[in-house]
Amino acid sequence: MPETVTIKVQRGAEGEILHTEAFDVPYCQGMSALDALMWIRANIDSSLAIRYSCINANACKECMMRIDGRTQYACTARLGTGGATIEPLPNKRLIRDVVTDIVPPKETLGNLLGGIK
Amino acid sequence: MSAPTHLETDILIVGAGGAGMYAAVAAARGGARALLVDKSLISRGGSTIMAQMTVAVAVGEEEPDHWTHHLADTLKAGRGLCNGELAAALCREAPDRIREMDRWNVGWARGENGRMRQVMAPGHQLQRCVYVDFLNTGPAVAKTLRTQVAQGDNISRVSGLAILDVVVRDGRVTGAVGMNMEDGAPVTIAAKAVILAGGGLTRLYARNSASVNMNGDSYAMALRAGADLIDMEFPQFFPIGHLAPRLVGMDPIMWDPFRYKLGGRLLNGDMDEFIENYGESDSGKYTAMRDVTSYAIWKELEAGRGSPAGGAYLSFEHIPENQLRAAFGPVIDRLADNGIDLTRRPVEVAPIAHYHMGGVRVDARMRTRVSGLYAAGEAVGGANGANRLSGNAISEAFVFGERAGRFAAEDLSGLRADWGAADAAPILDELAALKSRARPVDQHRDATSGKLWRELQELMWNDVGLLRTGDKLARALDRIQAMRRDDLAALQPPGDAAFNMEILDWYDLRAGLLVAETIAMAAINRRESRGAHQREDLPNQDPEFEKNQTVTLDGETPVLGWMDVVRARRELSPVEAAQ
Repeated sequence: MPETVTIKVQRGAEGEILHTEAFDVPYCQGMSALDALMWIRANIDSSLAIRYSCINANACKECMMRIDGRTQYACTARLGTGGATIEPLPNKRLIRDVVTDIVPPKETLGNLLGGIK
Repeated sequence: MSAPTHLETDILIVGAGGAGMYAAVAAARGGARALLVDKSLISRGGSTIMAQMTVAVAVGEEEPDHWTHHLADTLKAGRGLCNGELAAALCREAPDRIREMDRWNVGWARGENGRMRQVMAPGHQLQRCVYVDFLNTGPAVAKTLRTQVAQGDNISRVSGLAILDVVVRDGRVTGAVGMNMEDGAPVTIAAKAVILAGGGLTRLYARNSASVNMNGDSYAMALRAGADLIDMEFPQFFPIGHLAPRLVGMDPIMWDPFRYKLGGRLLNGDMDEFIENYGESDSGKYTAMRDVTSYAIWKELEAGRGSPAGGAYLSFEHIPENQLRAAFGPVIDRLADNGIDLTRRPVEVAPIAHYHMGGVRVDARMRTRVSGLYAAGEAVGGANGANRLSGNAISEAFVFGERAGRFAAEDLSGLRADWGAADAAPILDELAALKSRARPVDQHRDATSGKLWRELQELMWNDVGLLRTGDKLARALDRIQAMRRDDLAALQPPGDAAFNMEILDWYDLRAGLLVAETIAMAAINRRESRGAHQREDLPNQDPEFEKNQTVTLDGETPVLGWMDVVRARRELSPVEAAQ
């Protein structure tokens, strides 16, 4: 079992030049992609933008992203020993890093203000 | 700087879990305009959606019951500290709310006779807890209330709007200031009333069972607005949170429902049952209360009789597979995906921060001492005293949410819209100052807010957690005060960035550190052991301390006080109450 695995994460906001950044993350068997992203925020780079709420329960359904080319919930996607490549959802508007606009249209500030969104 | 986006409403509800959503529905039903906001997504963040199973309610479908029996059990579990008026309201009105949710098609599990199924839970004398199969209570409740909110003509809702502070003038609420998560822009909100429904504080602990946004926001906002808190020394530790093997896609509280339905055996590292040695019985059934079970597991661990990962074993090996399947259906497959076969091996469990008994002090109409400021749900302190019964949290979210919304709407005629931009200026200035001292977004090779969060969580877990001593508490308090004073001030989150989690971290930490300080102070000051507050240096419960502790804020400094326990006016017998 490797001590660390490499997690490649797409960085950048809507309208910026997007790039991929690699992080070495301590590996433990059974860990999820969200575990790795939370570890990066806590230990290497707190500016990494991720959207999640319930952490581990697959209840809030907020952490959907693209992991190794497949759309998955980060909290249930197990990391293999080869690490992972993590990207935002391709069919949603990018906000920043792996966060996309998944807010229901009637729950946005723009909608409340009557603006276009 | 251009003027911030400005919204107006009658009642602003901060937090859109079970309590906040019910408050919005009740406020609209009372003729008020409600604005429901959440820093996460409406109905998805918070603790409600995490609920696995039980909702305690004296509907008497499984066997005869009455709300006064539910109240008696709640008061007993609370170890003398329950606010009797709040506890009575909770137990008396829970049946109305559960039946209303039933009419809204939440789908409470029913037997073949058509009656709601109710299970026994620790501390209840009767089969009292309704649920939605399988382990689906939270998602079903959240979805049902989300639908009701969406159908309310007078309810507006905004996801991703983090409220930073309540705006107060002359002791009266006039609105709030928030930040739109998507672009970091400030938002001002004029409101005649504000209901704080932002849940609890379990994020302050390294091992916790709640969603990430439970960092004590409502408590901190209430304090800063001039309200007071009560019973802050009583975070609850759920005794049998999942520990090992690593499990994904399931809430760590999930063994609770397994024990309700199947019993199971709790064993120490030597494979011996041990709860009996701590004055409770638990063999094969699930009857021992949370405070005692958590304490017992911890003590076994200290004595070198823990399981390999540092907890206790929970075994269902004696239960046939067909019985497991009948009780939990597809959940058994989800466990298999995680490599867990309950017929072959026990799992490991350990205490985990789960809930907060303390919180914002309110009267029976859910009013704080600040005019126009209300609280609902877990944000409210007092109803559950020193130890909460299983199943009371969702009931409390519904009942207190409904009451807060209803009473706030009733009170509106006496409350004036009195927004003044000048009152919001200090909060807006603080946000602007935070952004102006920022570092550029691409210079990020120091995990600032993340590291501070982790340190706080470890500190609270080790020194302000399940087993406390005066020395450990004093040491923790020193460090928390230094973190509030120095470390928080030194953080440099990036300035303007989309979905700027570090700015939010700063506000979360500001709330979390203040609340952590109040917990440590209150725990030092309560010189006894009672319920969830266990002092190894003061192991006995002392009748002198059968009173509640309050916290107010003087400038930046929390100040403690004592008050007599509010008792239920008179507890009616079931016969009297039925008349």
